[in-house]
Amino acid sequence: MHEMSLTEGVIRIIEEQAAAQGFVRVRRLWMEIGRLSTVDPEAMRFCFEAVRGNSPAAAAAELEITTVPGQAWCMDCSQTAEIEQRYDPCPRCGGHHLQVSGGEEMRVTEMEVE
Amino acid sequence: MCTVCGCGGEHAHDHGHSHDHAHEHDHDHPHDHPHDHDHGHDHEHGHHYGHGAAGAQAPGMSQARMVRIEQDILGHNNRYAAENRARFAARGILALNLVSSPGSGKTTLLCRSARDLAARWPVAVIEGDQQTSFDADRIRATGAPALQVNTGKGCHLDAHMIGHALADLRPADQSVLFIENVGNLVCPAGFDLGEAAKVVILSVTEGEDKPLKYPDMFAAARLMILNKVDLLPHLAFDVERCVAFARQVNPGIELIRLSATSGEGLDLWYDWIGRRRQAVLENRVAALEADLAAARHGLQE
Repeated sequence: MHEMSLTEGVIRIIEEQAAAQGFVRVRRLWMEIGRLSTVDPEAMRFCFEAVRGNSPAAAAAELEITTVPGQAWCMDCSQTAEIEQRYDPCPRCGGHHLQVSGGEEMRVTEMEVE
Repeated sequence: MCTVCGCGGEHAHDHGHSHDHAHEHDHDHPHDHPHDHDHGHDHEHGHHYGHGAAGAQAPGMSQARMVRIEQDILGHNNRYAAENRARFAARGILALNLVSSPGSGKTTLLCRSARDLAARWPVAVIEGDQQTSFDADRIRATGAPALQVNTGKGCHLDAHMIGHALADLRPADQSVLFIENVGNLVCPAGFDLGEAAKVVILSVTEGEDKPLKYPDMFAAARLMILNKVDLLPHLAFDVERCVAFARQVNPGIELIRLSATSGEGLDLWYDWIGRRRQAVLENRVAALEADLAAARHGLQE
């Protein structure tokens, strides 16, 4: 359940930002989760709702998760392709000489705070 | 307060984030944000983790506003990983992060490797498990120094735990440091420990389709060890199919087939470690030579 550690990472970011930027609580928090990242957005949402209450700055925060599509560079086609899973073939040539180039991100991008 | 990162007491890290904040000074709350990261853990016998989320309080109210931050959720772990990596580089240590399912034979392979390599290079081991010090005890029986890290409820080692373990274990300069992660093909994939490479161990008694079932781990690994190959005559495991699956998620993954009990293929594993260790030491020599050249240059001026 590494989503719990990652969620604690989100809470940590909220608290560091609360201290640094002088806000009291987060109303809404936007994050980008890549389709090829190591986190499942629903598990992240579940964990966040379970632990946000431990942190006054995070307790009322609503999560807005944007899913970023997976991208890979096909070494045979010399082009970028969109993939759903790491084991997907290149949609153009059907090969597996793919280098993942996007969709691995897990980041907090924006917060509405008060 | 610990001397590695300042945790356990007041959390005195340099968190190293920059921000251009548009401070609205129309709020009147007192600025006391007790930053109480609860990183407590006992240092008595190995390390134990598994404590909860941090808590902070900030009374008062102000108007809503938007804050753009762009922060990696793993940023905290990655900062510690970078510190570990710098420490390894400065001391010529090759650190390998060994990951697998429970029961793949990681500890047996490590015991055998520690014993066989002892005459060639200094070897040290960090053992990660949720509970018990059984594995560190097994490693220490080979003569190699080993430290057990218990993750408590945690499902993976993180770079912060490794930083603490290094401070206690103090692996020798130019040593090979094996970090045996918690037996789990999911969670350790995303956590950089500062290692030179992740090595994923799959035994032929497991499913040959695991590279597709757990693609993140096989994508993160540089080397796949196929262990227990002495059992292949008794099994229906299709090696070529398994390798094809692994290359499907990671075209560059290297492969070594071995048996930690029969000894077959171990020489390939030791050669692989030797090549990686040589690369680490070549980088170390290059860095020292650059320092020396800079110092000589200073002398001439």
